[in-house]
Amino acid sequence: MPEQNDTLEYRVAIREAIAAEMERDETVVFFGEDVAIAGGVFAVTPGLYERFGDRVIDTPISELAMSAGAFGAAVTGLRPVFEIMFADFLLLAMDSLVNQAAKYWYVSNEQASCPLVVRSAMGAGGNFGAMHSQSPVPWLQGVPGLKVVAPATAGDAKALLRQAIRDDNPVAFLEHKRLYSVKDPVSADDPEVLPLGKAAVVREGTDVTLVSISKGVRDCLRAADELAEKGVSAEVVDLRSLRPLDTETVLNSVAKTNRVTVVEEGPLVGGWGANLLGIVAAEGLHDLDDAWVVACPETPIPYSPTLEDAYMPAEGKIVREVENRLGLGAEIATGV
Amino acid sequence: MSQQSETKPLVGAEIDAAGARELYRRMRLIRTFEDTVQSQFQKGNVHGTTHLYSGQEASGVGVCSMLRDGDKVAATYRGHGHSIAHGVPPQALMDEMLGRATGACGGRAGSMNVVDQANGLIGCFGIVGGSIGAATGAALSEKLLGTGNVALAFFGDGTSNQAYFHESLNWAQVEKLPVVFVCENNLYMEFTPIENVTAGAIGSRPIAMGIHTQQVDGNDVFAVREAAGEAIDHARSGAGPAFLETMTYRFVGHSRSDPGKYRKPGELDEWKKRDPLILGRKALEERYGIDPERCDQIDAEVAKELEEIVERGLAAPFPDPEADGKEFK
Repeated sequence: MPEQNDTLEYRVAIREAIAAEMERDETVVFFGEDVAIAGGVFAVTPGLYERFGDRVIDTPISELAMSAGAFGAAVTGLRPVFEIMFADFLLLAMDSLVNQAAKYWYVSNEQASCPLVVRSAMGAGGNFGAMHSQSPVPWLQGVPGLKVVAPATAGDAKALLRQAIRDDNPVAFLEHKRLYSVKDPVSADDPEVLPLGKAAVVREGTDVTLVSISKGVRDCLRAADELAEKGVSAEVVDLRSLRPLDTETVLNSVAKTNRVTVVEEGPLVGGWGANLLGIVAAEGLHDLDDAWVVACPETPIPYSPTLEDAYMPAEGKIVREVENRLGLGAEIATGV
Repeated sequence: MSQQSETKPLVGAEIDAAGARELYRRMRLIRTFEDTVQSQFQKGNVHGTTHLYSGQEASGVGVCSMLRDGDKVAATYRGHGHSIAHGVPPQALMDEMLGRATGACGGRAGSMNVVDQANGLIGCFGIVGGSIGAATGAALSEKLLGTGNVALAFFGDGTSNQAYFHESLNWAQVEKLPVVFVCENNLYMEFTPIENVTAGAIGSRPIAMGIHTQQVDGNDVFAVREAAGEAIDHARSGAGPAFLETMTYRFVGHSRSDPGKYRKPGELDEWKKRDPLILGRKALEERYGIDPERCDQIDAEVAKELEEIVERGLAAPFPDPEADGKEFK
């Protein structure tokens, strides 16, 4: 099923990854709300049910039963992939994910692994309001035993999801809903899988390091283009996964640029960005001239387009903050 | 380690006198194990908290005696009895209670979270209802992999008010999964009478979903076996899940911190007259002509076995923190 054309749509990348792994390993099963016959509310999974039959299952609206079902299946021979429609709904699935799946391999003294993947659509920018727009990365990242992956491009999404399904322990795979329709260049030479926990330097620079995940990486790349026009050379690091966390790639970049900005779609307090800066400070303080997070207000995510646009850490905000911190002109600072 | 305690659970509906004695021995083993856990807790050798199964032995032993090799069991934080009933070696279980490296989970799990995959125990779950979700998922495996096995969840009456219960029963019935739900109704949700916090009869809930449902005297091991056999056969046949409510009573507090002051006057004494071990002795004599003295002999053997288990457990090494969990895969 791999497409021979040279671009790949993000949602198709997800679909192709699931299909390829179901083809490769018959213990892989896929379930979720509306995912089988209807093909998913974000049209990510059409055709899988027709192709794989009983291994693709429409579930009731029972997120806890789904995550616990995936857990029970994973520890008895299947490799379940399941979809929690909006990441906000993950809260309903959390008991089994956190108390059962994430702990099983360790608490059982490594008697058995728990190979499951929970896919979920996160992120604001679609005017879905406070309960359908969150990016619950820190809630998940704080759980040893649960890997957290959040790819920025279609190619990464495909290779990382294939690896997540092959991983022997639980992976939360977060897809920003504003990315489903983006298309990225791909090539036949792209790797089939990418390792979990390995960041990528996606743009090289010398003045400041911009670090993000998922859609935030694309915002950083656009900000870096704008900054280049103003004479600032920004390096962009795509973490790709939040646990395991590749601090080495970030520290290496900071050693070169001496400044680091983490771009997080979420509040500063309790966020993954502040946590990353804490680790960078502890291990690389001697390299740091400046370090901060471009985060969101400490509020629920608002609905109205004007409010939601202001809430988001978009490229304009990133550019302004970098200029301010680098002291590039008072006329720009007053625009904040 | 005693040879007897290494045996797998009894299999099948037809048993002879030796099988009947083994049922009794297994119930006595659980009771003595729990008494030992309690005394070792008081001595400071068992840590944290414990939730003992004393009084409910006929339920776990009766149900597990009808399972086959390959069937999976998910249990609760009151799981010592289920573990022993399903074949977890008591030495490994005791060592786990004592926090030793030789424990069933190397001391990482403790009383509430024991896993023994080799003996079909998916796990004991510290969160109320976790066993139901886990067994439902295991049944999905059994169905899709076509194994012919069933998965079985033990849980208490209080679980009937948990989301796991409603969501998983519904999904299991929709998907016709080979899972047996065993609700051990000991009349109290922790410290509170179950009727104070539960609308309607627990059994009416699976019935409303069209699930095959039975209620049985949970202190009569032979009655439990008969009902469990029917429930397990139903699930194994592909007809969908079965629900079995075993009516029983715990002789001890909910957990270590509970003196049981909420009990109705005289209630405990009434239930102790229906102790599963007393009923078991009577049934062994009536059904198989087994002399009560033979049961006394079993009691003495089990007491000695537990003494030896504790002795070996206390001599076993604690796990080494330097070697633990540096790499989390």
